[in-house]
Amino acid sequence: MRGLRITWAVLRKDLLLERRSFELLPAMALLAIGTMVVLKFSFDQDEISGSLAAGGLIVPLLFAALLGISRLFAGEERDAGIHQFLLSPAPPGAILAAKVAGLALVLAALEVVLVPAFGLLLLGPSLFPVLPQVVLVLILLDLTLATVGGLVAGMALGTRSRELIVPIMVVPLTIPALIAAQKALAPVLAPGADPLVWRWPAVLAIYAVVLALVGSVVGEYLVED
Amino acid sequence: MAHPTTTAATPHTPAAAPDAAIVATGLLSAHGRRPVLRNLDLRLGAGETLALLGANGTGKSTLLGLLAGLRSPHGGALRVLGCDLPDERWALRGRVGFVAHQPLLYRDLTIAENLAYHARLHELPPSRVDEVIELAQLGDRRDQPVGDLSRGLVQRSAVARALLSDPALLLLDEPLANLDPVASDLVAALIAPRPGRTRVLASHDPVGSLAEADHVLVLGPNATVKYVGPAAGITPADAEAMYR
Repeated sequence: MRGLRITWAVLRKDLLLERRSFELLPAMALLAIGTMVVLKFSFDQDEISGSLAAGGLIVPLLFAALLGISRLFAGEERDAGIHQFLLSPAPPGAILAAKVAGLALVLAALEVVLVPAFGLLLLGPSLFPVLPQVVLVLILLDLTLATVGGLVAGMALGTRSRELIVPIMVVPLTIPALIAAQKALAPVLAPGADPLVWRWPAVLAIYAVVLALVGSVVGEYLVED
Repeated sequence: MAHPTTTAATPHTPAAAPDAAIVATGLLSAHGRRPVLRNLDLRLGAGETLALLGANGTGKSTLLGLLAGLRSPHGGALRVLGCDLPDERWALRGRVGFVAHQPLLYRDLTIAENLAYHARLHELPPSRVDEVIELAQLGDRRDQPVGDLSRGLVQRSAVARALLSDPALLLLDEPLANLDPVASDLVAALIAPRPGRTRVLASHDPVGSLAEADHVLVLGPNATVKYVGPAAGITPADAEAMYR
């Protein structure tokens, strides 16, 4: 319970800081939608569907997530908030849990803009009939990206080469999740919208759980050291 | 001067007595390959004050970081409030108040929001925040973002943060920096010695810090210790001369 209370305290503080500065979410949205526009012209097709459409949604999301992950501890480093945290009796893993939850929320907020933009800019078939399946896959992908992001950002905390470490480590670690999301979304976004193949969301969910378990074991050491 | 030294040798051998708040033996810390502290031996009893003096770059802030458990020593042994560092730093958490060079406050949050967040980390009641704000006489600024405050007010807020949990050990890195005379008197009273409060006071003011110190440590360049011993064994003029 104490860990949850502290996690909520850190998350509340992070959300308040983001609401006040409103820096990260607009930057992520700009990057993601900009990538989508580039993809639209690169594909040289008026509308896309199936595998190509799944990639057209996942790639901008990945780029935005990379930006969010590299900024995950920026406030703590700028204002030495991590020292403030480490001087307190709060469990060290709680700050990591709060960062993971915060990033998942930011990604979900981003998708409120990104998914309609995807429907308008890229997707051929109508998005509305398959929206629940797309949202489910995106929620699972967000949780995976956020957990990987939290772990990598925690590992890179205090290092000079944080900007290098984040993309170098996040992309390989998220490949299983990205492939599973691609496989799950491709039939759903195809013309005629095939039903969701549950195997792939299950793979995403299992991967998210495994990463969360790893995080719960190593989290406090990442923050402490 | 009773115990001046220009090497790491110390006038007394530290012993881990039960009432010792800080015991360092052969402490070593380095920035990269450059040693900042070498073979530092130190003992400070509970409730005592250590004046930490030395020119810029002699390792005062590094030593404070080690004592706070925020840095790990590269050698030697360090015991703070009965906790062997770095292995037992989890047990030290929440018992150290640190006024560092950086205020450890979020500049986009107000004073009250910063202290409320800090109180939540320490699981203190919200009433403690109001109490500390009143003590530091920050009531009329409590809803102002820290980033909009003058350096003196930020320093007062940082002192309020450090005192919030009423810590057993206060680490004070130039606590009176940037303060006007009235604020300086106010903060000096807040961080004054009191029973059960051990203090390490890093300062460039030998007169002021020696007046309230039980022990003195003067750090020199190249990881040397110029003096470590009782405050009675050194005068402000001696301490000042060691800066040269």
